[in-house]
Amino acid sequence: MKRALPVLTVITAIILAWYAAAVVLNAPWARDQANRSGTTLTLPALLRDTMTQERPVLPAPHQVAKGLWDGVAGQKITSKRSLVWHGWITLSATLAGFAVGSLAGILLAVGIVHSRVIDLSVMPWAIASQTVPILAIAPMVIVVFASAGITGLVPKAMISAWLSFFPVLVGMVKGLRTPDAMQMDLMRSWNASQAQVFWRLRLPSALPYLFASLKVAVAAALVGTIVGELPAGATAGLGARLLSGSYYGQTVQIWAALFAAAALAAGLIAIIGAIERVTLRRMGLAR
Amino acid sequence: MIAAEGVSLTFQTADGPVHALKDVDLTIGKGEFVSFIGPSGCGKTTFLRTIAALETPSAGQISVNGMGADDARRARAYGYVFQAPGLYPWRTISGNISLPLEIMGFPRADRVERIARVLDLVELSGFGGKFPWQLSGGMQQRASIARALAFDADILLMDEPFGALDEIVRDRLNEALLELWRKTGKTIGFVTHSIPEAVYLSTRIVVMSPRPGRITRVIDSPLPRDRPLEIRDTPEFIRIAQEVREGLREGHSYD
Amino acid sequence: MTHIWGEPTKRMLGTLKFLAWAVGALVAAALVAPSLAPLILVWLAGWTVNVWLAHYGNPITRTAIPLIFGATLLALWEMACRIFAIPAVILPPPSRIWSAFIGNLPLLWGDFVQTILKGALSGWLIGAALAVAVAIVIDRSPFLQRGLLPIGNFVAALPIVGIAPILVMWFGFDWQSKAAVVVVMVFFPILVNMVAGLKATDALARDQIATWGARYSQALVKLRLPAAMPFLFNGLKITTTLALIGAIVAEFFGSPTRGMGFRISTAVGQLNMALVWAEILVAALAGTVFYGIVALVEKRVTFWHPSQRQ
Repeated sequence: MKRALPVLTVITAIILAWYAAAVVLNAPWARDQANRSGTTLTLPALLRDTMTQERPVLPAPHQVAKGLWDGVAGQKITSKRSLVWHGWITLSATLAGFAVGSLAGILLAVGIVHSRVIDLSVMPWAIASQTVPILAIAPMVIVVFASAGITGLVPKAMISAWLSFFPVLVGMVKGLRTPDAMQMDLMRSWNASQAQVFWRLRLPSALPYLFASLKVAVAAALVGTIVGELPAGATAGLGARLLSGSYYGQTVQIWAALFAAAALAAGLIAIIGAIERVTLRRMGLAR
Repeated sequence: MIAAEGVSLTFQTADGPVHALKDVDLTIGKGEFVSFIGPSGCGKTTFLRTIAALETPSAGQISVNGMGADDARRARAYGYVFQAPGLYPWRTISGNISLPLEIMGFPRADRVERIARVLDLVELSGFGGKFPWQLSGGMQQRASIARALAFDADILLMDEPFGALDEIVRDRLNEALLELWRKTGKTIGFVTHSIPEAVYLSTRIVVMSPRPGRITRVIDSPLPRDRPLEIRDTPEFIRIAQEVREGLREGHSYD
Repeated sequence: MTHIWGEPTKRMLGTLKFLAWAVGALVAAALVAPSLAPLILVWLAGWTVNVWLAHYGNPITRTAIPLIFGATLLALWEMACRIFAIPAVILPPPSRIWSAFIGNLPLLWGDFVQTILKGALSGWLIGAALAVAVAIVIDRSPFLQRGLLPIGNFVAALPIVGIAPILVMWFGFDWQSKAAVVVVMVFFPILVNMVAGLKATDALARDQIATWGARYSQALVKLRLPAAMPFLFNGLKITTTLALIGAIVAEFFGSPTRGMGFRISTAVGQLNMALVWAEILVAALAGTVFYGIVALVEKRVTFWHPSQRQ
């Protein structure tokens, strides 16, 4: 309770501030309409109106909630208006890219830790790449693949794979290198082979770092997929929903898609967190 | 100068109440060097912190220079030296010594003069411009002591200040501390784990024991003020050390 | 016997062993796929040089190796484009990209100013200042900290670029909406880091400053803010990339006829890939320079931290 109460208080404060902001931001439009029809707007009427506009500047929380509900439960799952359908499109590309990118990152990390040449050649680029806004590549990847006839999941998964690759690589290398000189000396005194040192010492030490970077990677993969759904012509996925909402001024649609994406991100990170807890507890590394 | 009457302190922990101090009565006069010795959990550090108003007693009174402990803290009546030097790595040694002086509002010229004076006292003149991580552990601790002396508080409270140093450095610093005490005439409260250190440095040794934390014995030292290190091998020294050990056994410290 | 051989001999033997293996691989590949042979040759040449250089341990070889690796990749790229006649609309060769870069400098500069300087940099500065201010304000309230931090961690993981269309609606098409996106993106990571930094002073330091009768403001300025700097700069470094991404991606949602995101999406539409890559090159350079500047400032401010003293 001690931990939940402050969070709940802050969330409540945010929701209240949100309602207040909705009234303030939607008021000009309400007043405008009232002037046109020649009526005067009383305060209760103003409050009511700002909360129920069709294209509000800032949708009220309940409008967003309704938009979410409509998108999730109010449509058939296969309908083009269903957030579940769009969410699944985004999720599948994210997961595919995340899996490929993480695996590649882990494998290359193992290579880096065991080969000096690979380490010295690749690591500086891996670290430097973290300062490069790779996401800017997204539209190009989509179009290039499209001109080669490949559309749909694969191009988006490629972007997500690229984005998840680097955090996992850097994190895994850091983790595989945590055993200190004392631990490594002990292994040498037992004449352990490189493989034994890897499986029994390096890999277990690396797991906390791996999970931390998997969480970062999955969030990056999701953003990558969403941005990959932005180029003109995309009709499927949460990114496409965001884009079409912004083109047609459907603010509630934008907010609903955004919350759906947020829920997806939170869910993915929570799943990785749960796997992390179980794994670390079984290994006795839980704190 | 420091008077404790019936001081008790109980901590509420997850495993139940811990009686860190029970009915501690002690008076420390001006210019005395009092050591507190005992095993872990006997309350010696807690008692020192209570004098410094870093802990509040659950019962009893503490008065420092005639005021309550917290008032004395606000009046900057004492300098506190911790086990670790606690120097700020982003300030030079001079900057670190200047820090309490800045907080207490000493003017610039005053600060410069005081820093030079205390650096000389602890034999660190010339190291003022260095950063803490450029100095050895022993020198860092000397700088920490200099910092505690800079604002001319009458009382010096030291919590195992030499505990992290090796024995040879420790001996040198013990000698230096005694020299300092003779020169400045301050009242010193000193917490230690080491029987020889307690006997060598103090005019009075307070033996404490745990569960609950209490004073078992107070031993007045007949040793002269002027003490070379060699005094540690004299029969008188060994007799006092024996008395301290008896006090520790009395308090079941060796059980 | 090997233990009596000196280092230079061991180095040469190691390299020769690798070279023998490499030549074998090259011959095998040439037999199987002749058109790949030049590529494999270049790859193995670069790799062999690096294997040899890796035996040394000085700063010169340490810089040379990744550069040679990068140069090898560029060479392979160029060769593959020519040998396999890859259409430039799919993947232009580095030479084309370079000429597009040089030939479009005024345009690229204008985009750079619009996106990076006006959008990303201003948003980053505003977001950072706000985050530091909020961290100091909530410092006295553990209740607010316990409430805001979980939310902060949560928000930091969300696809924040999604709010770009909303902010375009509120702030208009120009750089202000992009800066607003950047503010939201960098605010929470920096806040989380700054709060952690303000908490980072240990009990000993806090007790120590209490014994000197310091007031809250004195302890804040003289102890806790300097101690928080390593954490703050950690957050600042992470968010440099976020700021760039935010500004560029926000432009995908709508922008005046300037800006790197705008240029990328329109050039993509015109299949002018060389220009797209040129913009990406600008983005990469901007990202590295931005990060580098923050790292340099960090070195001066946190010179005392163990991580800077190695």
